[in-house]
Amino acid sequence: MGRTILDKLWAEHTIAELGDATSLLFIDRIFLHERTGSVALKGLEEAGRRVRNPEQVFCTMDHIVDTTAGRTDDTRMPGGREFITSTRASARAAGITLFDLGDDRQGIVHVVSPEQGIALPGVTLVCPDSHTCTLGGLGALAWGIGSTEGEHALATKTLAVRKPKAMRIRFEGTLAPRVYAKDLMLHLISRFGASGGAGYAIEFAGSAIRALPVEARLTLCNMAVEFGAWTGIVAPDELTFEYVRGRPFAPGPDQWASAVAHWRTLPSDPDAIFDRELEVDCSPLAPQITWGTSPQQGAGIDGQVPDPAAETDANRRQSAERALLYMGLTPGTRLAGLPIGAAFIGSCTNSRLSDLREAAGVLRGRHVASGVRAICVPGSSLVKKAAEAEGLDQIFREAGFEWRESGCSMCFYAGGESFGLEERVVTSTNRNFENRQGPRTRSHLASPATVAASAIAGALADVREMRPRD
Amino acid sequence: MEKFTTLTAIAAPLLRINIDTDAIIPSREMKRVSKEGLAEGLFAGWRYQAPGSREENPDFILNREPYRRARILLSGINFGCGSSREHAVWALREWGIRAVIAPSFGAIFQGNCVRNGIVPVVLDNSVVEALAGQVEADPGKKQVTVDLLRCLVIAPDETRHGFQLPTADREMLLEGLDSIAVTLKLDAEILAFRDRDRTRRPWIYLPKAL
Repeated sequence: MGRTILDKLWAEHTIAELGDATSLLFIDRIFLHERTGSVALKGLEEAGRRVRNPEQVFCTMDHIVDTTAGRTDDTRMPGGREFITSTRASARAAGITLFDLGDDRQGIVHVVSPEQGIALPGVTLVCPDSHTCTLGGLGALAWGIGSTEGEHALATKTLAVRKPKAMRIRFEGTLAPRVYAKDLMLHLISRFGASGGAGYAIEFAGSAIRALPVEARLTLCNMAVEFGAWTGIVAPDELTFEYVRGRPFAPGPDQWASAVAHWRTLPSDPDAIFDRELEVDCSPLAPQITWGTSPQQGAGIDGQVPDPAAETDANRRQSAERALLYMGLTPGTRLAGLPIGAAFIGSCTNSRLSDLREAAGVLRGRHVASGVRAICVPGSSLVKKAAEAEGLDQIFREAGFEWRESGCSMCFYAGGESFGLEERVVTSTNRNFENRQGPRTRSHLASPATVAASAIAGALADVREMRPRD
Repeated sequence: MEKFTTLTAIAAPLLRINIDTDAIIPSREMKRVSKEGLAEGLFAGWRYQAPGSREENPDFILNREPYRRARILLSGINFGCGSSREHAVWALREWGIRAVIAPSFGAIFQGNCVRNGIVPVVLDNSVVEALAGQVEADPGKKQVTVDLLRCLVIAPDETRHGFQLPTADREMLLEGLDSIAVTLKLDAEILAFRDRDRTRRPWIYLPKAL
């Protein structure tokens, strides 16, 4: 019987079967950040344990760092400085590779990881961060863990994991212009629910996925956790290999051929059996936008705020009622045209160079509406540099956007900054939870292009109606 | 880690779906590089009147008697979804919660629970709602039992509901095991695997930290 990519990677990394479908898995690479990695490193130190193979462990400063120019270790997050200095001291003591403030390689963990060639096809990679599933976009088996599991992985280079079920989701058809991987995932989650993927490792497949550039595949897999999945994965292909080649921690020229030969064996066999299969036709999809406080509460930009009364499931109805109250919305309101006060482009979901190019394509020659505060935070210091080299920063600045240093920033009230009480924000991030972007802040999730179009309109906007300018 | 065998306690119904770890502990409440001192920030956005304040919101269930003494939480699907922050579990544990009963959990949260002495009990939504209904009739007296030895939840009316937990998770909770020590019993196998793998996939192995 054929095997899925999950079966292959699972078998390849299994050191011992522990019973009850649980395996002791070999962990190839570990990434940490200052927010949850600090406590894992400290816990290990306090227990008198050492990091095994520190050369395979990486750490960045992203979650709570200041993103304004000339930044230091100070941050507006209460106690934040301690997280930064403690991480630095622990990382040095443990001998792991640290991408510190001031290092060009610094940035958001899941942007840095593929950018540096640390995440690769076929590796197992863990990080105490829920969006570690992002790296599935390269064909890595990557998943988020807690800090205690992080200590376990650091000390033993293993984790005991119960094998998830396998789901394949085929995205077929062609994405319309200005419809992106982000829209695919928001659509999927609104259709099947925020726990629709619970218990599964999900392989994203189909013609629309094969056509996606690698950075878009990272966006796709990033949102797998918002679908409740254990992780997401896209089988590596020529686009992946081309993306990986030459990156600092990727296989060098003498090992390249054998690595690629191995990676070519990883995709699911044609006769592989999945526990569940879904298919989504991408062609009719409009840009998506969320209206509630769960990623499942979303619709096409051409839609309207739904009426909770029409919801048959009592729990979902109460959740929608509560969400509308929090979001300050009434049923039947058209989503396009809803006035906003702020726009944010950034996060591990949508802050890579291709994201900034798409947004800049909308912003070029235009200016954000008066009264709208707009911020762009590149995903890594290298993304920022590359964007500046092609003049994207000028486009953002001239359009009225703040152009920041890299970090997680306002994705989650990270540096203690927020857009304000009851401020309506259109955001390229991944979570619209209550208070996520700050106390009582109202978040609408969308693609970077939709965020840019909305910033210009001063209201949620259909980016398909805006023509590019030269 | 403190062992868990069986517990009979007040259960607080918080029957919302998709309660995320940002709600359980807002990022701003994680003020030190520590697993301690987090109970005060538990559900801060709901528990207190205004952002940043410590004035209790009397409508929030955990601020009301007898739920202030709850040791069990009842909730909706996908409890603990979102951020991996283990601080959510540390905050619940420090506040006093030892078991959460819900139809499903966020995967990382569920793993974090068993590593910190909290039992994540999966039961059908109809059962969770029935438990909530019974508890609410007389919250102080109508207590719920979570029996990990027999994998049973016993409702106030004595109805028994079996639940399942992965074997390793159950053992970790029952024995209060240190999972690193357990794994290191297999250290010879781990090191042998690494040696074989180094030959098979040499490109994974980096020479040294840069």
